[in-house]
Amino acid sequence: MTVDGTLWVRINGEHRRVPGGTTIAEMVNQLGLDPLRVAVERNLEIVPRGSLAQACVEDGDDFEIVHFVGGG
Amino acid sequence: MNAPQPVQSDSWSVAGRTFTSRLIVGTGKYKSLEENAAAVEASGAEIVTVAVRRVNISDPNQPRLTEFIDPKKVTYLPNTAGCFTAEDAIRTLRLAREAGGWNLVKLEVLGEAKTLYPDMRETLRATDVLVKEGFEPMVYCVDDPIAAKQLEEAGAVAIMPLGAPIGSGLGIQNRVTIRLIVEGASVPVLVDAGVGTASDAAQAMELGCDGVLMNTAIAEAKDPMLMARAMKSAVEAGRLAYLAGRMQKRRYADPSSPLAGLI
Repeated sequence: MTVDGTLWVRINGEHRRVPGGTTIAEMVNQLGLDPLRVAVERNLEIVPRGSLAQACVEDGDDFEIVHFVGGG
Repeated sequence: MNAPQPVQSDSWSVAGRTFTSRLIVGTGKYKSLEENAAAVEASGAEIVTVAVRRVNISDPNQPRLTEFIDPKKVTYLPNTAGCFTAEDAIRTLRLAREAGGWNLVKLEVLGEAKTLYPDMRETLRATDVLVKEGFEPMVYCVDDPIAAKQLEEAGAVAIMPLGAPIGSGLGIQNRVTIRLIVEGASVPVLVDAGVGTASDAAQAMELGCDGVLMNTAIAEAKDPMLMARAMKSAVEAGRLAYLAGRMQKRRYADPSSPLAGLI
């Protein structure tokens, strides 16, 4: 946690800062993504879609946000 | 004489879902999402394989596959392409299930980059775990009837042996073992990988496979839409030929016209 109350997290390998008290759903929305179209993993644990709006981002969290792309 | 059976009545089922098309197509390697969608349409496929990848958080407004191929109309089959360990594959499919909301998935655990041959020890291990977690894995595997049996015992809902290495387009290299797998399996068998052109797909179906899965053969054709149509016809033709039951082979000629009444 920084002095201004923001949290350092890693999202898909990139470091980002989010305000303290942000839920995961809010963070996903702020990235311009629809929480209904992605899957979120936090520190190697799936965060079920139903709990994205309740779960708060913690300092140091490591997120993977994935979706479906073309593949064989 | 009996009326011929319409092709439409010849459906197949995997994990309780019934499909008419026996062609599954991949959605990789296309020049554009438009071309990809047009090829899927032309192929008549009801299932497409998709990959699970990180969203681009720097540019979240990139066009999405789901805008071009509607997952409500076409079944998305998430794959584990690029996974070289059971753990990676399981992690990928857990995310896929969360993103899509369904249990039907394609498992592939690769052994090495050069051949993309499946690592069967890891594949079996991943199958065990996935089945325990409620997944319904269709499993990419070597063309080995014993490995196929072991996968089926572990709970694979479909066995998908390679015809040749992924993306090689070499055609079915080992028709004997593909046929042995078909004869030994009580779940659907689909040739996955190695198909290069229409005759390869027809051959898979003539061997009694329930379906064929392909990506590169269509995506890298000079005209992917035309090849998609060709593959649709080939799969149907091969299936009909299998159902019809081919003639016995002879070593010498047998005249088609009667010998009686010869002037």
